[in-house]
Amino acid sequence: MLNRKYLPVIVTVGLFLLMFAAGSLRYDGFFSFQVILNLLIDNAYLLITAVGMTFVIVSGGIDLSVGSMIALTTMVSASLVQEHGWPPGVVIPLVLCMGSAFGWLMGAIIHYFKIQPFIVTLAGMFLARGLCYVISLNTITIDNPFYTTMAQTKVRLPGGDTVSISVIIALVVVIAALYLAHYTRFGRSVYAIGGSEQSALLMGLPIARTKILVYTFSGFCSSLAGVVFTFYMLSGYGLHAVGTELDTIAAVVIGGTLLTGGVGFVAGTFFGVLIQGVIQTIISFEGTLSSWWTKIVIGLLLFLFILLQRLLSAKGRQAVRT
Amino acid sequence: MKRLVRHHLFWPLAVWAALLLFNLLYSPDFFSIVVRNGHLYGSLIDILNFGAPLILVALGMTVVIATEGIDLSVGSVVAISGAMACLWISKGADQNSPGLAFAAIGLAVLLSLALGLWNGLLVSGAGIQPIIATLILMVAGRGIAQLITSGQIITISSKPYSYIGTGSLAALPFSIFVVAAMFGIAALLTRRTALGLFIESVGNNPRASRLIGIRSRVVLISVYVFSGLCAGIAGLILSSNVASADGNNAGLWYELDAILAVVIGGTSLNGGRFYLTGTVIGALIIQTLTTTIYVIGVPPEITLVVKAFVVLVVCLIQSETFRNKIAERWRTRHYPAEREVTRHA
Repeated sequence: MLNRKYLPVIVTVGLFLLMFAAGSLRYDGFFSFQVILNLLIDNAYLLITAVGMTFVIVSGGIDLSVGSMIALTTMVSASLVQEHGWPPGVVIPLVLCMGSAFGWLMGAIIHYFKIQPFIVTLAGMFLARGLCYVISLNTITIDNPFYTTMAQTKVRLPGGDTVSISVIIALVVVIAALYLAHYTRFGRSVYAIGGSEQSALLMGLPIARTKILVYTFSGFCSSLAGVVFTFYMLSGYGLHAVGTELDTIAAVVIGGTLLTGGVGFVAGTFFGVLIQGVIQTIISFEGTLSSWWTKIVIGLLLFLFILLQRLLSAKGRQAVRT
Repeated sequence: MKRLVRHHLFWPLAVWAALLLFNLLYSPDFFSIVVRNGHLYGSLIDILNFGAPLILVALGMTVVIATEGIDLSVGSVVAISGAMACLWISKGADQNSPGLAFAAIGLAVLLSLALGLWNGLLVSGAGIQPIIATLILMVAGRGIAQLITSGQIITISSKPYSYIGTGSLAALPFSIFVVAAMFGIAALLTRRTALGLFIESVGNNPRASRLIGIRSRVVLISVYVFSGLCAGIAGLILSSNVASADGNNAGLWYELDAILAVVIGGTSLNGGRFYLTGTVIGALIIQTLTTTIYVIGVPPEITLVVKAFVVLVVCLIQSETFRNKIAERWRTRHYPAEREVTRHA
């Protein structure tokens, strides 16, 4: 007997397998391990951001600043490495600290002044995007040897398939997040706060610390995603990763996380990101379909999953009542 | 004086006046309005003209926010409506015929009404959180707009259609009249009938409103339809202004500017009260800010940083917790000497 709370995740995994199978039947060369790996290579940054976002949404909040944070990270790294000649060993920890501090600040404002997360992170989104332009209006290309090595190194897996270093970073983040969500006091507190903040407070859970840490973690994840994105693009630009916040929220929702908070799985988010990747891959394999179909299909999926969640939660309430 | 400061329009108006005066420092003829070929020209007219789409979108957003909702899809609706109208005109045989322009406008307006209805049904019928419900259309809508334009920029040359955005009536840009009409209708409907009260009541407490006999669902659906209509008309003005439709960039970030305008205007994001006039001034402040930044010669992208601080400050002032904390600090501010004196008194 399966637990009902796993149903959205199972639907997500099933959908991913179904889409992958459909793609494999329809196109030659689709059914290979390398295609799955390519999904991860192209979406490593999205995966890292989505992991941070999962925690935020499970806690009942939302973080709109992630896309801008990625752009700011690429910009700061490119500017420091390229124009000021700082070593990458200093720059990368620095940008990670910057992202975390940014998230911490937003979390503190959200918690202590009781302003909606939506509007605070919106201001954060404006601020980070604007700061990119304060640094430079144009693209800064990176040709630092460390960054180019990170971009080009291919890690060989047994079987001859290759992945980039970014994928390994992303997978480490996913595994760490799985541990954090399900086996630590912090993770349980996040779920409790998302379920009911009032009850969590009455239970004596550290609301302030947990809520602020959630946004700090999301800030850390988005700046790490920015570092990975820098490896991927080898440049810093203020228009990088426009709209990533929406892709991220979509991935988290498709992964079965309830937007009202309290329910959600990091593993589901992982498959949510993969589903977005599969849609893009299928559309590029099809050839005749244009890229805007991606947005329409993702919008449709978003709709179906939100409806599914509504139905499930409505049923749950009925079950409690009867 | 105290009553004046307490008035909800005082701070928005003060900020706007300060911004306008600040512009005067940079360009002394900022306030001058000249008549050329029977048209009025001047920076103030430009602010009104270029601010028209934003004011429209923000008006729709105000009533949605009044019901404790939010409409993220307005930017996409702006793009879709412009794309639909331009596509229809570009398919026509004689682009200059007024009938074709009216058909295109009608079609675009109908489409935006339908999109608003979709949002409204999701929010009130399916009971989905407004942020999420409208997020669907925000994501998919961009795709739909690009689908309509096939990813290209559709350029048209229709005289009747370009009148909406560039024409002038009684020496003023026509778009100002469109905005005035929409504002008039909205103000009449919400302030001269009970509808405004219903909207505020639903925003305060939808369940209680339903129990006292207000049809919460109908009110909810109609505010989203109104928001869709406003965004659709804004899309028409924008696309007719440049005589083209760009599914990718038209109306990008409009939802954020509109929310900002509403918040500056004094409407609380928690719903339950709304100020249409405040919103108009909020939108004008944003447009003036953009103009100011151009006048000073700072790269326009930096507007975002300024906006970020404006949003934050306005929200902090609106936050009751923040005000209480400041007030508390004020009240418990003791100077050591003062304490000594009170102790020995």
